[in-house]
Amino acid sequence: MMASSYNAKDEDGHITVTGPGGGAVLRSKKPENTAFKQQRLPAWQPILTAGTVLPAFFIIGLLFIPIGIGLFVTSNNIKEFEIDYTGADTSSPCFNCSQNFSWNSTSPCTCTVPFYLEQPYESNVYVYYGLSNFYQNHRRYVKSRDDSQLNGNLKSLREPSKECEPYAYHNNKPIAPCGAIANSMFNDTLELFYNDPNGTSVKILLGTTGIAWWTDKHVKFGNPGGVDSNLSAVFQGTTKPLNWRRPVYELDSDQSNNGFVNEDFIVWMRTAALPTFRKLYRIIGKSSQMVPTLPRGNYTLEVVYNYPVRSFEGRKRMILSTISWMGGKNPFLGIAYITVGSVCFFLGVVLLVIHHKCGNRNNGAEISN
Amino acid sequence: MLRRRLNRLLGGDERRVDSRTIYVGHRSSSPGEPIIKFCDNRIVSSKYTVWNFLPKNLFEQFRRIANFYFLIIFLVQVIVDTPTSPVTSGLPLFFVITVTAIKQGYEDWLRHKADNEVNKYPVTVLEQGERTRKDSEKIKVGDVVEVEEDETFPCDLILLQSSRDDGTCYVTTASLDGESNHKTHYTVSDTEKDLETLNATIECEQPQPDLYKFVGRMHIYKNDQEPVVRSLGPENLLLKGATLKNTQRIYGVALYTGMETKMALNYQGKSQKRSAVEKSINAFLLVYLCILVSKALVCTILKYVWQSRPGQDEPWYNEKTQRDKETNLYLKMFTDFLSFMVLFNFIIPVSMYVTVEMQKFLGSFFITWDKDFFDPEIKEGALVNTSDLNEELGQVEYVFTDKTGTLTQNNMEFIECCIDGFQYKYRDASSELDGFCVADGPVNKVQEKAGRAKEELFLRALCLCHTVQVKEPTEQGPVDGLMDQVDAGVPHPPQEQRGFIASSPDEVALVKGAMRYGFTFLGLESRNMKILNRNNDVEMYELLHVLTFDPVRRRMSVIVRSNSGDTLLFCKGADSSIFPRVRQEEVERIRMHVERNATEGYRTLCVAYKYLSAEEFAQADAGLMEARLALQNREEKLLAVYNQVETDMSLIGATAVEDRLQEEAAETMEALQGAGIKVWVLTGDKMETAKSTCYACRLFQRSTELLELTVRTLEDGGRKREERLHELLLEYHKKAVQDAPPLKGGITRTWSSETQDYGFIIDGATLSMVLNSSSESNSSRYKSLFLQICQNCTSVLCCRMAPLQKAQIVKMVKNSKGNPITLSIGDGANDVSMILEAHVGIGIKGKEGRQAVRNSDYAIPKLKHLKKLLLAHGHLYYVRIAHLVQYFFYKNLCFILPQFLYQFFCGYSQQPLYDAAYLTMYNICFTSMPILAYSLLEQHICIEVLLDNAALYREIAKNGMLRWRPFLYWTLLGVFHGLLFFFGVRYLFSNPALQDNGQVFGNWSYGTIVFTILVFTVTLKLALDTRHWTWINHFVIWGSLLFYVFFSFFWGGIIWPFLKQQRLYFVFANMLSSVSAWLVIILLILLSLLPEILLVVFRKPRGPNSRQPVESNAGGHQSPRSTAQPLLMKTFSDESNTVI
Repeated sequence: MMASSYNAKDEDGHITVTGPGGGAVLRSKKPENTAFKQQRLPAWQPILTAGTVLPAFFIIGLLFIPIGIGLFVTSNNIKEFEIDYTGADTSSPCFNCSQNFSWNSTSPCTCTVPFYLEQPYESNVYVYYGLSNFYQNHRRYVKSRDDSQLNGNLKSLREPSKECEPYAYHNNKPIAPCGAIANSMFNDTLELFYNDPNGTSVKILLGTTGIAWWTDKHVKFGNPGGVDSNLSAVFQGTTKPLNWRRPVYELDSDQSNNGFVNEDFIVWMRTAALPTFRKLYRIIGKSSQMVPTLPRGNYTLEVVYNYPVRSFEGRKRMILSTISWMGGKNPFLGIAYITVGSVCFFLGVVLLVIHHKCGNRNNGAEISN
Repeated sequence: MLRRRLNRLLGGDERRVDSRTIYVGHRSSSPGEPIIKFCDNRIVSSKYTVWNFLPKNLFEQFRRIANFYFLIIFLVQVIVDTPTSPVTSGLPLFFVITVTAIKQGYEDWLRHKADNEVNKYPVTVLEQGERTRKDSEKIKVGDVVEVEEDETFPCDLILLQSSRDDGTCYVTTASLDGESNHKTHYTVSDTEKDLETLNATIECEQPQPDLYKFVGRMHIYKNDQEPVVRSLGPENLLLKGATLKNTQRIYGVALYTGMETKMALNYQGKSQKRSAVEKSINAFLLVYLCILVSKALVCTILKYVWQSRPGQDEPWYNEKTQRDKETNLYLKMFTDFLSFMVLFNFIIPVSMYVTVEMQKFLGSFFITWDKDFFDPEIKEGALVNTSDLNEELGQVEYVFTDKTGTLTQNNMEFIECCIDGFQYKYRDASSELDGFCVADGPVNKVQEKAGRAKEELFLRALCLCHTVQVKEPTEQGPVDGLMDQVDAGVPHPPQEQRGFIASSPDEVALVKGAMRYGFTFLGLESRNMKILNRNNDVEMYELLHVLTFDPVRRRMSVIVRSNSGDTLLFCKGADSSIFPRVRQEEVERIRMHVERNATEGYRTLCVAYKYLSAEEFAQADAGLMEARLALQNREEKLLAVYNQVETDMSLIGATAVEDRLQEEAAETMEALQGAGIKVWVLTGDKMETAKSTCYACRLFQRSTELLELTVRTLEDGGRKREERLHELLLEYHKKAVQDAPPLKGGITRTWSSETQDYGFIIDGATLSMVLNSSSESNSSRYKSLFLQICQNCTSVLCCRMAPLQKAQIVKMVKNSKGNPITLSIGDGANDVSMILEAHVGIGIKGKEGRQAVRNSDYAIPKLKHLKKLLLAHGHLYYVRIAHLVQYFFYKNLCFILPQFLYQFFCGYSQQPLYDAAYLTMYNICFTSMPILAYSLLEQHICIEVLLDNAALYREIAKNGMLRWRPFLYWTLLGVFHGLLFFFGVRYLFSNPALQDNGQVFGNWSYGTIVFTILVFTVTLKLALDTRHWTWINHFVIWGSLLFYVFFSFFWGGIIWPFLKQQRLYFVFANMLSSVSAWLVIILLILLSLLPEILLVVFRKPRGPNSRQPVESNAGGHQSPRSTAQPLLMKTFSDESNTVI
């Protein structure tokens, strides 16, 4: 009797005790029991163990080694010929040209460099010029351009951006195209002659189109006043860059490759990443199935030497190269893939051994537990 | 000793400040006196006005060192010709500053609104006998203000007149200190007349923030008579912010107004606590700043070395501008240095601060949302007052806990009493019978063992010696905190609805206990206490004085005059404070009971009484009155009088009140200890009670050897205390520190059963001897000895602690070697000091008001929630934020390192490798969301496992994931990745003809390839670290990568009219058209992650599968005792285990 009544009281007491929350009760509600708020969202909990990682290592190994071998073979099959025509040595045919260089000389200096191709070049051959120790990626240089001018903006043509300084104005006339990049455009002329065994020298046809990015030529660069305008009239009132021999509207006789949309110019304007670089100069198209594009034999490179590099200890090269699906010759990727693949495979084997031993031990421990 | 220091401090305070004089109703007695201007009643809690918001807020924000740094970087970018545009660093900074300003502005607007609400509140003021309505802000000091029921007081008032007959009024201070019980305040006697003619001045101390302290004096001038002087105390002072209850109307004179009110003085925010993680961040930041500066220095030096070679500085194709040529060489060097700084400044990102803040802010919601923290009884969950300390919860090394209300429920129940040496037990019939206990009779027929007279005296004492108020049954409104229903079993039907209100629950328990034995307290009516005795007669006692309880005296007394004219003093208090004050021959009979009750974990109080002769009373009365009027050292004087009165009493009996253990208290404590946390109990309670609670909570085990350092042990030797103290300290030190086996590896402290566990007990008096030893050299020596002993004990019990001593202990441990992270948990006002002192303060939403909660960093409803808060939430938060910090430094290192390396290939010309858009977006968009999601959702070990294996907490102890080793690891990883990205692409670019049509890539393609590898690698690195993949993680990780791809297409797909240079035009698309670029991206990502995968495999596996050894270890310790036991630990009656 006592006990029961006492218990009842106790409960009463509890009910009254619930009071003190008072005003707070109204505000604070019981937290919602949602998975997110309770940090109980369904989750995938991957655990990387030797067991799960092992197959991955083997798969990587098995994938990378063949890819690497493929890349290596492809790279090795690419034919590449490189010739330095800087003229730094006295024995070099271009020595004189490089020695006597002057910006003011009116008559261009020409030199001929003979070379011998030991292998025939079958498909399209790409002609590059390479420069060394030329800092196209120098900050002062990289920013010294006016993209809006190059895009064909008439206002920018008349008032080049400040970034082009000190190549923005000459004799109070705006320079078109302005800036250091344009001013220093590579202007050596390279010509190739095949010396036929029978003694005649055949000039090799060098294609000038398809060397620049399509989007650059068609969107990013544009002549002021549209496609069909008279370029010499549009560029009236501007002056050519200091180091240029011709104004920009005389770069090419082909109207679609003239002015700002000249592909040589566009290629040059894409600044290189490293101080030693190559840029695409010409493409030697494959003429027929039967004859190799460049047969084995003697060739002559004729250089109109306009571009001085000796002052900053630079080098000039001419490169002939075929191309594969991975681009030009570069053994790095193939070697890297083979190495990584082998390392993965090796690690896989090591892990397998370890896992095998450890696994046994673990199992033993579990059994003893 | 502490007490004396305290008083000295306070006394000093009082002497320093002058008192102020107030003329009630502005009626100056001597008109010549200049009226001193006091501040008006306007409350200004807002920081800004419309005009000064912008400059002041900006100033405040840029005072933060990080913001200032970014501002400097931004200014450098604006002034100096730098590689990146000011936008790249200006935009994020602007964003951060704006968001913060908006947030602070909004908060300030809210404060303005709240201020206005308070300041424009209409109040009624008596002016020249007329009631006028005014805005609250217009109240001046000396105004007589009228306040009606349920209104809050507009300023601090001295109560002059109340509509209640007995000159009292009730207030609740819920908005001040959170205590919702009604407090009684008294009018100043002799002023309950016409207020318009009242001519009085009040002299009082200058405003001070202590809510519970006030001294003043009122001079009442009556028609040229000698002025009457009345003392004013806190009971006369109505505080601004409190609410008038149960009283129709009061009049009071404004004493402190506006910013001088106690509420406003208390408004000042708590001092900011900074977490250890933040210190680590700052240290790492310094390292990265050094890296940054050295990178910039190296580049600057190399630049000038390189330029000195002929032809390199200014080749014909790249001439300088005229201005460049003219600039002074040294100035140029300096600007070059600044440019490099700007170029590499992304290594310390603004976004890290934003992300860390966001993580903390959002993360803290998981604590409030946790339904495990919801307590159905009080219908509340956890409360987060500061989100800055989330991760600190995972680092706690010391827990300081209060006993009453924290370890125990503070739900008092009268268990038994002992009158004159005879035990009286009130129990259910079913309960076991103690051999010692006499058979229980019906409650209202107490067996007359001790003689009826003694019994009734005892029960009357219980009924009279308290400050309990009776809650009137007529009263409406919310039920108050400390109300308890009267037992229905007592045959007094009219009182069934009656409840008691008291500031301490054991007083209610005692009054209710007396009621069970037939004596019912009916209430206080105009200073008369009414008691219904066993014969249903009402007895009246005139209440003459209340000698209030305070924790130092540990007792309280009342002086009453019975109907028969006898003046009696009843005193109740802790045994240690009563026994010396009663006749010794009575003590022995009671002491046995008291000690036995104490070991059972009951709170014991002794009751004594004394007849006061007329002279004695007159003397005491005069002494009390005089002391109460004192303006200075009032407390000391009162104490002296109290001590003088409370002597030569006779002991009647003792009571035992049970305070039940909190739910799962023992399990929680055990889990904390399992987690390597040392638990210290700091309580004001007596040693025996506290010790038994410790046993019940399993803080002390049966095998624990107790090292006791208390007054009792000190007096054992019969020598001087100091000597004995010295001796004992050395002895314990030898035992616990020197002979103990050296700790293994710091973290993995052996806690297996082979090593002896030590428990340490110290009491307040001894502690103050240790801390304030007579000689300075001894003091520091004792302190270090004491600390060393304590640190080698599994748990420490400090009993008889004053609130300040609690804080002192926390401070001492906090500042000890290694700066351990401390946590204080408590529920009462006496714990506030230690809650504020500790690194993390936790308040329990208990019964002793809300002060602890208000001052805490986190508040939880029950002690048991501490386990999840620390072991699960704390652990996870720590892991998350530690990973967040390390990852941020890592990802920015491998972001900037390629850019640094690129300088070697571009003639040190500060040419950025990446486009400006990538530089800006990298930290804001591409890599920020995955880490934020990770840092909010990651559960590397799931919550249940964390809760089950407390030992897992030790893995991250001592800032384990943010020490220099892991930092070095992450840094090396960043360096490795940076090198790999840069040189991998560098070798690819040895032939830049990468497209199948022979066309070549330029420098922006180079940067884009590196950046693509970078974004993918750092994101996938995070994916590798993620152990808990929710859909959010999936969404954010894969979404970020997708976003990067889409953004790059978009950014390169359009000729942007506002850009000066179209650098990235179709660069990304062209890159994707190159097979070689694809191959190198895949290769480098895989190669970067390979060592990471290997490490994960080789590292000691962590996961649910591999937890067997830990589990068996921890489980072995827990399982045998994992069920809660009632608090009954007679078997461990302490003596057998103590050393002495």
